[in-house]
Amino acid sequence: MSHRVKDGLLLAVLRLSAVASGSLVVLVAVFLVIEAWPALSPDGAIGIGGFVSDPSWHPIEQKFNLVPMVAASLLAMGGAMLLAVPLGVASALFCSWFAPKWLATPYRRVLELLAGIPSVVYGFWGLVVLVPLIGRFQPPGASLLAGVLILAVMVLPTVALLSEAAIQNVPRNVVRGASALGLDRWSTVWRVVLPAARGGIATACLLAACRAIGETMAVLMVCGNVVQLPGGVFDPVRALTANIALEMGYAFGDHRSALFVTGLILLAVVVVLVLAAEWVGGGRVRNTAARGVANGGGRA
Amino acid sequence: MMRYGLVIGPCLLIAVAFGLSGCEQSSSAEGVDDGVLRGKLTLTGSSTVAPLVGEIAKRFEQRHPEVRVDVQTGGSSRGIADTHSGLADIGMSSRSLKLGEQAGVTTHILAQDGVAFVINAANPVASLTNQQLHDIYTGKITRWSEVGDRDAPITVINRAEGRSELELVTKFFEIKPSDIQPTLVAGENQECVKLVAGNPDAIAYLSVGTAEYESQRGTPLKLLPFAGVEANTTTVKAGTFPLGRPLVLITKNGRSPLVDAFIEFALTPAVDDLIEGQSFVSPR
Repeated sequence: MSHRVKDGLLLAVLRLSAVASGSLVVLVAVFLVIEAWPALSPDGAIGIGGFVSDPSWHPIEQKFNLVPMVAASLLAMGGAMLLAVPLGVASALFCSWFAPKWLATPYRRVLELLAGIPSVVYGFWGLVVLVPLIGRFQPPGASLLAGVLILAVMVLPTVALLSEAAIQNVPRNVVRGASALGLDRWSTVWRVVLPAARGGIATACLLAACRAIGETMAVLMVCGNVVQLPGGVFDPVRALTANIALEMGYAFGDHRSALFVTGLILLAVVVVLVLAAEWVGGGRVRNTAARGVANGGGRA
Repeated sequence: MMRYGLVIGPCLLIAVAFGLSGCEQSSSAEGVDDGVLRGKLTLTGSSTVAPLVGEIAKRFEQRHPEVRVDVQTGGSSRGIADTHSGLADIGMSSRSLKLGEQAGVTTHILAQDGVAFVINAANPVASLTNQQLHDIYTGKITRWSEVGDRDAPITVINRAEGRSELELVTKFFEIKPSDIQPTLVAGENQECVKLVAGNPDAIAYLSVGTAEYESQRGTPLKLLPFAGVEANTTTVKAGTFPLGRPLVLITKNGRSPLVDAFIEFALTPAVDDLIEGQSFVSPR
C-alpha cells in the first residue's frame, strides 16, 4: 500500500468516526426535543409557561412546575463546588509544590481511586452513614446538605487532579523566572503559578460542575426527593436528574414528555457550563482534560 | 489500527443498539406450525407486575424456544390502553379495571398483592386507625406523641408519582397526591425498607409481600394492622386485607393461539415459585 492510499484511508476512517460521535450528540438533542415536544408546544396540554407557573409538581393532577427542581439541582451543585474547589485546588498545590515525593505519589493514587468509585457506592455510603448522622441532629437527615456533601466528595478528585494538571502545565521558564527573581516558594505559587494556571483551574472547576449537575444515583439516594424549594440546608429536595430516574419507568403521556423536558433543561445547563469552560479556559479545556485523562483522573 | 477501533467500536455498538430498539417497535408475527409455537409476544403495563411477568416469560421461552416475549413497562393505564388499541398482545395491570375499560377485553388474575403501612420495629406504636393514618399523611399529625407515648417528629415517606402504591393509597383515603405532605419521597419498595429500617421515626407504605419477606429476615420493620386486619400474605390471600389489589393480565377478546398458550401457562401452578419469589401471593 502506498503512503497516499494509507493516509487517505486513515483520513476517511477518522472523518467517519468524527462524524459519528458528533452526530450522536445532535441525535440525542433531537430525540429529546421530539419526545419533549408534546409538552412544550404552545397548543399542548402544558406549554412552556406551565413548567414555571403551575402550583406544584403533581403530574397525575396535571401540575408540572419544574422550578423547585431546577433550583435544587443548581443549589446542590453550587454548594458542592463551594466545598470542593478550595479543597481541590489546595490539594493540587500541596501535591505539586509542597508534598515530598514519597507522599505526593500515594496521595495522587488515593485521589485517582476516589475518582474511580462508582457513584452508586457513594450514594449507598451516604444513605447508611451520612443521612442517619445528619438525621440525629436534624431529622429526617436526607436533605440538601447530604446531597451537597456527597457531591463535594465526588467532584473533589476531578477538581484536584485537573487543577494539578493545569499547575504542572505552567511553562518551566515562568517558574525559573520566579526563582531567578529570588521569590520564595509561597510567593512563587501564589503570585506566579496560580495566575498562570488560572484558566486551567477554572476549566477543571466547570468540568467538575458538569459532573455534579449530571450526577443521578447518589443524589437520588440522599436528597429525600420531596419537590420543594428548600427553606434551609436540612430540607429534603429533588434534583432534576433524580426526577427522571424516579418517575421515568412509570410515566406516560404528558408526564413522560414533561420528564423529557427535565432532560432538555439538564442538557441546556451542561451546554452553558461547557461554553463557559471554553470561554474561561480560552480553549484550554481540551489540553487540561487530556492531561487529566493521562493522569488517570478524567472520568466520564 | 487499535486506536481507531477504540473510537469506532462504541459508535458501532450504539448504532446496533439504536437498530435493535427500532426492531422492538415491529408488530408481532406469530403462528403455529406442526405443533410448535413461534412468534413474538408484546406485553406492556404495570411496573409492579412486569418483573414477575418477565420471569414467567423467561420460563415460557425456555419451553417454547421459537417464541420471543417482550415485556415493557409504563404503568397499568398504559397496559390497558395498549391492549385495547392492539399495540400490546397482553396488558399488565396492578389494579382492577374501571367500568369503561372492561368492554372487549378479558382479565386474568395472575397474583394478589397488598399495600401495608410499615414503621420501624423500635417504634412502640402498635396500631394506627385509618383516620390517624389519613391525618399523618395529610400533615395534620406531625409528631408521634399525638398517637402514642413517645415523642418525636414523624418522618412521612411517600411514593413517587406514577407508582401503583400511591394510586391505591390515595384512592382508599379519597385524597389527591397533592394533599400528602411528605418528609421524604421513595421510589422502589426496597428503598422504603431501607429508609424505615434506618429511621425509628419513619412511616411508609409498601408491598405486603416485600415487607413481610424483609421482616421475617430480621430487618427491623413492623407491619401495622390495617382497619383491624393483620397485614400479611395470609390475609391478602384470603381477600380480607382492605388494601389488597389483584395483579392481572388483560387480553383482547378473540385472541391468538400464542396469547392463549402464554395466559394458560401464567395461570398454572408451574409459576407459583416465581410469584412467591417476587413476594406476591398466588391465587391458588
